[in-house]
Amino acid sequence: MIKLNSVGKTFEGAATPAVQNISLQVARGEFLAILGESGSGKTTTLKLVNRLIEPTSGTIQIDNVDIASGDPVKLRRGIGYVFQEIGLFPHLSVRDNAGSVLRLLGQSPEQIRERSDEMLTMVGLAPEEFGSRLPSELSGGQRQRVGVARALAARPGIMLMDEPFGALDPITRVTLQDQFLAIQKDLSLTVIMVTHDVNEALLMSDRIAVMQHGSIVAEGTPAQLLSHPGHAYAEALLSAPRKQTAKINALLKGEGSR
Amino acid sequence: MNLSALSKQLMLLPDYLGHHLALTMLALAIGVSICIPLGALITRVRILQWPTLAAAGVLQTIPGLALLALMVPLLGMIGFMPALIALTLYSFLPILRNTVTGILGVDPSVREAARGIGMTDFQILTQVEWPLALPVIVAGVRTAAVWVVGTATLATPVGAKSLGNYIFSGLQTQNITAVLVGCAAAAALAITLDQLIRWLQVAAEKRSRARGIVGGLALAILMMAGLTPWLSAMSSGDRPVITIGSKPFSEQYILAALLDSKAQAAGFKTHLLPGMGSMILFEALVSDDIDCYVDYSGTIWTNVMKRSETKSRDTVVAELTRWLDSAYGILCVGALGFENTYALAVRRTMAEDYGLKTLDDLALKSPGLSMGSDYEFFQRPEWEHLKNRYGLQFQDLRTFDPSLMYRAVAEEEVDVISAYSTDGRIIDFDLVTLKDPRQALPPYDAVLLLSPAASKRQGIRPAMESLVGTINDALMREANRQVDQSGVSPDSAARFMLLQMSDH
Repeated sequence: MIKLNSVGKTFEGAATPAVQNISLQVARGEFLAILGESGSGKTTTLKLVNRLIEPTSGTIQIDNVDIASGDPVKLRRGIGYVFQEIGLFPHLSVRDNAGSVLRLLGQSPEQIRERSDEMLTMVGLAPEEFGSRLPSELSGGQRQRVGVARALAARPGIMLMDEPFGALDPITRVTLQDQFLAIQKDLSLTVIMVTHDVNEALLMSDRIAVMQHGSIVAEGTPAQLLSHPGHAYAEALLSAPRKQTAKINALLKGEGSR
Repeated sequence: MNLSALSKQLMLLPDYLGHHLALTMLALAIGVSICIPLGALITRVRILQWPTLAAAGVLQTIPGLALLALMVPLLGMIGFMPALIALTLYSFLPILRNTVTGILGVDPSVREAARGIGMTDFQILTQVEWPLALPVIVAGVRTAAVWVVGTATLATPVGAKSLGNYIFSGLQTQNITAVLVGCAAAAALAITLDQLIRWLQVAAEKRSRARGIVGGLALAILMMAGLTPWLSAMSSGDRPVITIGSKPFSEQYILAALLDSKAQAAGFKTHLLPGMGSMILFEALVSDDIDCYVDYSGTIWTNVMKRSETKSRDTVVAELTRWLDSAYGILCVGALGFENTYALAVRRTMAEDYGLKTLDDLALKSPGLSMGSDYEFFQRPEWEHLKNRYGLQFQDLRTFDPSLMYRAVAEEEVDVISAYSTDGRIIDFDLVTLKDPRQALPPYDAVLLLSPAASKRQGIRPAMESLVGTINDALMREANRQVDQSGVSPDSAARFMLLQMSDH
């Protein structure tokens, strides 16, 4: 279980805090989406969890242990991390990218190869076809599959995802979303995913935290938030897809105007 | 240029090229092993970045020759070490700058991913940043390699053997073959290194291990070739060695060859360091880096002893002998017999037209005349004395390479030059030397000097003593003329002198 207790972060030289008084709990196997627009503090919140950013106030616990007490490098090796820019190592093959965390953990080359290939297969890339390619020889969707394979290879219980599907074309995005959800359920991963895409948050997560100006303004299951947003900003945000859907339905019926 | 002259020069190639290679490859290897970690450090400690790059930039703006020469007093030694250090410093800027540029050019998202999956800072550097920056770093090494090969030719004046030996001695002794061989060899070496490192650069860009190994092997072979001079020197270290130095002009090359043959005849193995700077040479003698060379009494008198009064030839030699012994433990074996003074020379036609016989006559006309000289004369105390004693006020002072100075006055580029009295070109270019009735210039007897260590070693002094008093002005001038005008090698001119000396 991940637990954030009144966490705040003010960057050096900044007048206002990037995030403040964030309290969140994510249960084992739960999928939490942090929804907000850019600058709302959602990425900062995510990075606090694997200590890419250190908080200026509050504490974070994973399985009741304060993460500040351990080695940040060890912490990160135990948490899967996927983000929009993917960040594959351009000088390493697809297989070596997928196995990079395993190499950091000091596993044997045979173990690494076997597990990398298993991961590539799981994300839908045939290892014999893609394994020895360089990232530059892949499409955007294929690259993010490798990014997910890399994050999953060391069997982490937790995945942090920062707009992982944001840069993909719509068809690839939907396919990857579905496949990732299947993997998440299969492995009972605890996931925190940052997104500004309301549909993505509604359709993938078990629970959504809406952020604005560095604070959580609303929190609940997709159904709860849709029926009782409880906050003006959350209401505006969540009504957007509904309005779009209504317009699309109208288009389908051949009436209404754009 | 004929074939025998060429083959004679090519015989020297393994020795010169070997030393050149050793200097270049070692300087680059040290440069790489310092700059790649240093470059990584200053991408992390940003506050050091500007000062470090600025310092490397300043080093780069110092002319190569000056940087090399500066190392001699700084280290208090001559030869390989100061040259190696200067060349290493010279390689810094391109390697350092490209390392920094390469590392800073790594996509930030890749660096963040590396951190995010749990790499330590050191792992990010070694597994991500260095590999990704490698093509840029190798490009910097390539630039450095070409610079260092070129600058290493300037190592000759500080006593380090290199392809520059061809060029320096060739220019002074009018041996165009030697100059061309030196230039061609340096160019070939630069191109070879450039292409080998380009191969490595392509290997880094394409991430091809096989190419990298081939290029690395070829460089390693070059490196080993550079070490052969040492290996052969180590295996033949049974006979005692005498190191002989010389200044960078024909007469000195001939005298070095003369000392060489005397030392070899006495059973010594010799090591020649020709063409060194005048003051570097004296310092090298003081510190026992060389064992012997020939200097001129007036030079020691004014530049080292800081004397300004003029005394007779014998008195100057006697006082200098006592002084060098007590101040440095240097042994002045004796005067060789000839004098090579500075003498102001003008074209004969001008001497007749203006009625110039003495420096007093010249002083009256000097405001309308221009004077040319070698690299050092205008900086020497002798020039101060001369100028003040006669009230010389030339319209223009110009500096030339000694080998071009005579032509400059003959072709009316300048009107007066500071000629060397034993130089055959005074006659060849039909020049007249002017008398010094006020004795502003001291006598310049050629004196043979032994270093403190060499003066205590068995057998050196007797070998050299046989030269004392055996060379008169005419013989030296003839030998100089053979080298400067007839293209005879300094070695042959020295053999000619030995023959003449044994006849009398």
